[in-house]
Amino acid sequence: METYSLLRQFADSWVLLALFAFFIGVVIFAFRPGSTKAYRDVADIPFRHEDAPAPRKGDDDTAANTRDARPKEA
Amino acid sequence: MGNYIKLIALGLVTLLALIAANYARDLAYLVNALTVALVAGGFFLWTLRRTDEPSPGVDLSRQYMDGVVRAGVIATAGWGVVGFLVGVTIAFQLAFPQLNFDWAQGYANFGRLRPLHTSAVIFAFGGNALIATSFYVVQRTSAARLWGGNLAWFVFWGFQLVIVLAATGYLLGATQSKEYAEPEWYVDWWLTVVWVAYLAVFLGTIVKRKEPHIYVANWFYLSFIITVAMLHIVNNLSIPVSLYGSKSVQVFSGVQDAMTQWWYGHNAVGFFLTAGFLGMMYYFVPKQAERPIYSYKLSIIHFWALIFIYIWAGPHHLHYTALPDWASTLGMVFSIVLWMPSWGGMINGLMTLSGAWDKLRTDPIIRMMVISVGFYGMSTFEGPMMSIRAVNSLSHYTDWTIGHVHSGALGWNGMITFGALYFLVPKLWNRERLYSLSLVSWHFWLATIGIILYAASMWVTGIMEGLMWREVDANGFLVNSFADTVAAKFPMYVVRGLGGVLFLLGAIIMCYNLWMTVRRSPAVEATNSAVPAE
Repeated sequence: METYSLLRQFADSWVLLALFAFFIGVVIFAFRPGSTKAYRDVADIPFRHEDAPAPRKGDDDTAANTRDARPKEA
Repeated sequence: MGNYIKLIALGLVTLLALIAANYARDLAYLVNALTVALVAGGFFLWTLRRTDEPSPGVDLSRQYMDGVVRAGVIATAGWGVVGFLVGVTIAFQLAFPQLNFDWAQGYANFGRLRPLHTSAVIFAFGGNALIATSFYVVQRTSAARLWGGNLAWFVFWGFQLVIVLAATGYLLGATQSKEYAEPEWYVDWWLTVVWVAYLAVFLGTIVKRKEPHIYVANWFYLSFIITVAMLHIVNNLSIPVSLYGSKSVQVFSGVQDAMTQWWYGHNAVGFFLTAGFLGMMYYFVPKQAERPIYSYKLSIIHFWALIFIYIWAGPHHLHYTALPDWASTLGMVFSIVLWMPSWGGMINGLMTLSGAWDKLRTDPIIRMMVISVGFYGMSTFEGPMMSIRAVNSLSHYTDWTIGHVHSGALGWNGMITFGALYFLVPKLWNRERLYSLSLVSWHFWLATIGIILYAASMWVTGIMEGLMWREVDANGFLVNSFADTVAAKFPMYVVRGLGGVLFLLGAIIMCYNLWMTVRRSPAVEATNSAVPAE
């Protein structure tokens, strides 16, 4: 079999299946138990560390960088 | 020590560029070689003056690297105005052919200026916006300073050099005639080097992040950087005719070349103008709305669905060509499937404002971001529709395509970038607020009305010329000559040009506003004086 036909056959059978399975896996992963809580936390990432990087371990942490930059909701 | 190696490298580049200029076989190559010599020589002197100077010895790891972001913001605004200006120029050249002046033939006629416009707005304006915002966002969401020290500056200046080489090359006739991939081989090689450095800086910062989770905006930015590297290399496989000339020959030929080009071309839209800018959306919309993204789960599914599907959509550019039917059908089907992740992303961006819709009334920046996401939704509905073979038989090769591209580029990419610039400038220059919110409103309305004039006139003229081209009389003869359609389009071309003028005017107002923000707005009071200025 020529290379093209072989690759073509491989692509539209097993590779298609693998990609599709991966995608379904991603969806299931996103909805795994406990994900809502975890994602609520990571969705807040843009509101931390606005002004300076996180301190290294052992550094004293006096700078304003760890405060939550997002105004608290009333 | 590092500086000595830099000096040797810069000196060698200067020398080699001058030798290349001496042997140059064409004008474009000569000018480009002299440009490289000038830039490398300039950086040689700049480095020389700083060699063996004592270093200030400040611990930089507790500060973000914002200098390069500031430079990127300035470059974005500047190149934006240049790109819009060239766009307005060529719009009026189409309406009034006399503007292709005799004295400028071969340099500033439509054919030479058109790639200058597309590259200036996509790569110079959009590219600088992506690089600058990605450097800003990856630092904030990783809680780490950019990796690689001055490598980020190399990326910035290297990218500006790519732009200048490409732009002067176009005007002097160096092009490999691939849409959105016009620069010749040596510019392609240089862009590859710069892009690998960009990937290294971005990935290095993610690797040393302090946040355990990689925020979704960084996923989009990273997919944009990696995919553009792959697309760029494969689509630019060419062999130079001479080391001292700008001409090169493509490795692929015929329909393979066409398919490679549109695999590149559509994914330039999909990953450069969509994935990268979605990275901007996922950071700046939540920041400006002051609330987290509507659904983080949806953003993950949005990401994977978008990158899995976009890569297959290219063949819809080649309906009714030598491309096999199965391939163009595949492209068409994937384009239609793409509607779902696109609208998923749009909903995610818009719904972030749920509970805060009142901000639309008071905050013109959030208004800009919302209309940008709205245009994203509109053009990602229009695109799949136009990729259907039957619709494409009417729309292809007409101005409808141009209208579609501009509602996406001006509406989505332009507006989200303006929103990001308005957000960034006060932050980066430590200002309390923008100079004037009413000028932002002016910008918003000028740009919006400009886009509407543009898109509406292109719908009318595109569908009209599509219908005129296919009109046959009772005996089966074509009714209209091509020149008839050109004449019929004149009024719409004038409207389109005026729409461009409004959009350009808005951008100039933005530049003034940002300039005055840096000059006049009050500085933020020193609550965080513990962090010294960089």
